Amino acid sequence: MSRETALVTADWVEDHLNDANVVLIEVDEDVEAYDKGHIPGAVKLDWKKDLQDGVRHDFISKERLEQLLSEKGVSNDDTVVFYGGNNNWFAAYAYWYLKYYGHTDLRLLDGGRKKWELDSRELTDEVVTREATTYTAQQPNEDIRAYRDEVVSAIGTQNLIDVRSPDEFAGRLLAPAHLPQEAAQIGGHIPTAGNVPWSKAANDDGTFKKDEDLKDLYANAGLDEGKDTIAYCRIGERSSHTWFVLSEILGYQNVKNYDGSWSEYGSLRGVPVAVGDEPGEA
Amino acid sequence: MCGAIQGGPSLEGVDVTNQAVIQGVVLRGEQPVGNAYVRLLDRNGEFTAEVPTSATGQFRFFAAPGTWTLRTLAPRAEVVDSQVVAATGSVADVAVAI
Repeated sequence: MSRETALVTADWVEDHLNDANVVLIEVDEDVEAYDKGHIPGAVKLDWKKDLQDGVRHDFISKERLEQLLSEKGVSNDDTVVFYGGNNNWFAAYAYWYLKYYGHTDLRLLDGGRKKWELDSRELTDEVVTREATTYTAQQPNEDIRAYRDEVVSAIGTQNLIDVRSPDEFAGRLLAPAHLPQEAAQIGGHIPTAGNVPWSKAANDDGTFKKDEDLKDLYANAGLDEGKDTIAYCRIGERSSHTWFVLSEILGYQNVKNYDGSWSEYGSLRGVPVAVGDEPGEA
Repeated sequence: MCGAIQGGPSLEGVDVTNQAVIQGVVLRGEQPVGNAYVRLLDRNGEFTAEVPTSATGQFRFFAAPGTWTLRTLAPRAEVVDSQVVAATGSVADVAVAI
């Protein structure tokens, strides 16, 4: 993977707005953002209602995804371009999620909704309907998803990257500061994890930094390219952003997203935890 | 839309006893700016959170006690940085002029 195959620019999107094989999908944390205005032709995915199981603490099954994408009018050979608010956190999550279920041609709009708005590009509240399809998802690709036991085994042996803000890493905050403070039972981080906030990979306008800057960022944080890597945050969406940088832009091998993240890990009994600004000991 | 609402969004239904709230409104002249982005940077200038403003130009963060910087980005405007101090159990209200 590389920047050229994983990212598209706002200009590229404008040039392909009427391309039948390009499906724009907006995914936001603020699920009302799309209804107020979206890129012409884009359909909406609600990261919670559409993508979360609703009963189990997990995302939806392969069968439900097939039903969802069929209803939304997405075909297996379409180029799917995700974009959204929060600097593409949830769009990156949806990208990772569709990659997990084997969609082949996935892209992220560089800068997402924010860049589009700051450029004063066109947004519309026009209702978008696409003809239903018959979408077939692949078996899950577990090479890009980490689970809790694997994360515990990775302490002191693999690259663990905590992509939350420094205050969340240290345990001073339990959630991003635009949300009420809740979720995990305790604050802190997984011992030996390096703290590379996701935001360091992005410019103020939400676009990704240059490849050289990105490589330096993780190298300076001690990422060993010879080892496997697991990224995590609070609920797995900001770490999707970092997974995207490492796996899809820089093309590093064996990078996983731990979507259980701190909301799961910080509520587990019997696992080691570190607090404060240092990674801590294994 | 005319006439900006003073201060941040309504806190009705939010228990602020244990929260260090930073909120406010982004204004261009007297007009609220509904398509701005407000970033919260910590004492070291590190990004902590970001919210788009509401239709009435308002924003809110649940921070931790301490000194923070609000960085406001809006279409056709320069970036504006504003310092703010947050404390548990209180609401820091900020008006950002772009």
